[in-house]
Amino acid sequence: MSMVVYDHPLAKYIRPSAKSTANCPGCGNGILAQAILQAIDELGLSMDDFVFVSGIGCSAWIPSPSFFADVLHTTHGRPIAFATGIKAAMPEKHVMVVSGDGDLTAIGGNHLIHAARRNIAMSVFCVNNGIYGMTGGQVAPTTPLGLNTVTTPFGNAENPFDICKLVEGAGASFVARWTTYHPRQIVKTAKKAIQKKGFAFVEVISQCPVEFGRKTGMGNSVQMMEHYKQNAVSLAKAKTMDPEALTGKIVVGEFVDITKPELIETMAAVRTRAMAAAGRK
Amino acid sequence: MSNRAVLTGRHFMMGNFACAEGALAAGCRFCAGYPITPATEVAERLAERLPAVGGTFLQMEDEIASIAAVIGASWGGKKSMTATSGPGISLMLENIGFGIGTETPCVIVNVMRGGPTTGIPSVELQGDVIQPRRGSHGDYQTIALVPSSVQECFDYTVEAFNLSERFRTPVFVLSDAFLGHMREELIVPEPDAISVVDRKTFPPGVDVESLPGFLDEDVAPMPVFGEGHKAHVTSSCHDAYGRRNVIDASALHFFIKKLNDKIEKHRDEIVKVETDADGADIVLVAYGSVFRCAQAAVEAGRAEGLRLGWLKLGTIWPFADKEIAALAERVKHFLVLENNLGQIVPYVQAAAAGKATVRFLPPRVLGELHEIEDVLKAVREVRV
Repeated sequence: MSMVVYDHPLAKYIRPSAKSTANCPGCGNGILAQAILQAIDELGLSMDDFVFVSGIGCSAWIPSPSFFADVLHTTHGRPIAFATGIKAAMPEKHVMVVSGDGDLTAIGGNHLIHAARRNIAMSVFCVNNGIYGMTGGQVAPTTPLGLNTVTTPFGNAENPFDICKLVEGAGASFVARWTTYHPRQIVKTAKKAIQKKGFAFVEVISQCPVEFGRKTGMGNSVQMMEHYKQNAVSLAKAKTMDPEALTGKIVVGEFVDITKPELIETMAAVRTRAMAAAGRK
Repeated sequence: MSNRAVLTGRHFMMGNFACAEGALAAGCRFCAGYPITPATEVAERLAERLPAVGGTFLQMEDEIASIAAVIGASWGGKKSMTATSGPGISLMLENIGFGIGTETPCVIVNVMRGGPTTGIPSVELQGDVIQPRRGSHGDYQTIALVPSSVQECFDYTVEAFNLSERFRTPVFVLSDAFLGHMREELIVPEPDAISVVDRKTFPPGVDVESLPGFLDEDVAPMPVFGEGHKAHVTSSCHDAYGRRNVIDASALHFFIKKLNDKIEKHRDEIVKVETDADGADIVLVAYGSVFRCAQAAVEAGRAEGLRLGWLKLGTIWPFADKEIAALAERVKHFLVLENNLGQIVPYVQAAAAGKATVRFLPPRVLGELHEIEDVLKAVREVRV
């Protein structure tokens, strides 16, 4: 009796030479990687329709080098700025940034808010594990107040960002948050984010069992996902709860989905006006 | 403003505008920048001109984002550039290293101003001439051109694009506050008379793992995005197929050497030196706006019978060591004129290797140009 080998249905999207992952066992990155590829598959798009851009950090390894597509693996904090040039040069492509909370909101925070303000058409997936994982568990702008990390050994003295509120305030036309406990919801949201004509931001709260769970006492991967299950509150339900009851909860759902002027289109209009002005002289 | 990319004709134009016009003539269709004195007019000109020729100008949130967007647009297939001054270059240096490591063609115009730090924005200084060579971390080679007139602001920017496309690397144009704001005659040739080089790209549909797209000392074809190459582009140590390798020192050796050799092997194609030194004992070495002082001093000195000549560096990097060494065989002295504390002097000394003496002459006041009388006085002291 011969053994039957089945390929993973999404294996065709993986670069043949990418034989291993940089991520630790139990990492949430695999859940988001699969959700993104599932969304692309369900939309019937080709990997050649995309350019993927990542920064520096564990979650930058989601598209790089694994996704079998054009991938630019950039410097720390700057993927959105690189992606802005790519999108301007090739407006017909879907440009997707996948990176972490440290990359996108600390060192890269300025690029995040300005891309949201410009409302440039691209999708940005931010894996928020609340810590600097790759460098060994240092405090991040998303680490909860009071938590012990290797650079806050007596407890974090700083308040964390609410990234979705930040990006919404900056002007993005699509903003959503899920946790790795919500893979099916991520797929649905990712499909919308990819198709959005505007800046689409998806935060995915994700477990880092090695650097966050172990060092902060949150436990292993299963325990952390159990925590997401217990504490995730849908947007609709959150609206009925008083703020005190929401302390420590994770509000999930699609917060913003609006239509507003988008940069690539407004730049095309600039071109038309400039050509008309030049023609008059 | 015109919707023609090449403004053929005779103009009276400032250096910063001439840089912008040179870029357009070379095929630049994307510029990202951030306002900074004394470079802003390059961006202003391109903001007006690029959209009319189908291009894009973006004012970014800072210089870090500007060079990042420029590199992104270059991978998207557009010839792209940014223009800034010293503080902006300081911010860009990490991503300039990224451009070198990923072999991304682009042009960076540095309209040099008085530093260090915020210094004086509107005073020229040749303070950033070592920076392109050593400013970003690690070991690498780079190309930097130094115009000395408004005409050269145009010509050298065209050439910078051609070199960046030919060698797949960021190329610097080191202008300065004096040139940038000076108005002079500019002749823009007919489009057909301007030599324009385009990057070699991958055959369509070929993926990057079946053909080397990186680290060839004779310059690999570029697997630009959007053509089905499925290019994996990383500035981390990688092999000729773009595959990351951060484990082997031997891979790092290959990575550094190939990037370096790509420029070094072809230095004769890149280095621009002009000399007027027949029968000279003393040669004034200069570049950029200071070259104008050197040239004027040589004319004045010859009129009074001094055996003077000049050597003009059109490129600072790669350094013209061979050319200076050859001249050192037949002249006695080099007098190096720079508007700084002597950044290039050690390189001239190394090239001259004791065969001719080398002295340095800054202007009387840093940030001002050399007085001809000061130069001739220094020449007479050399002769003594």
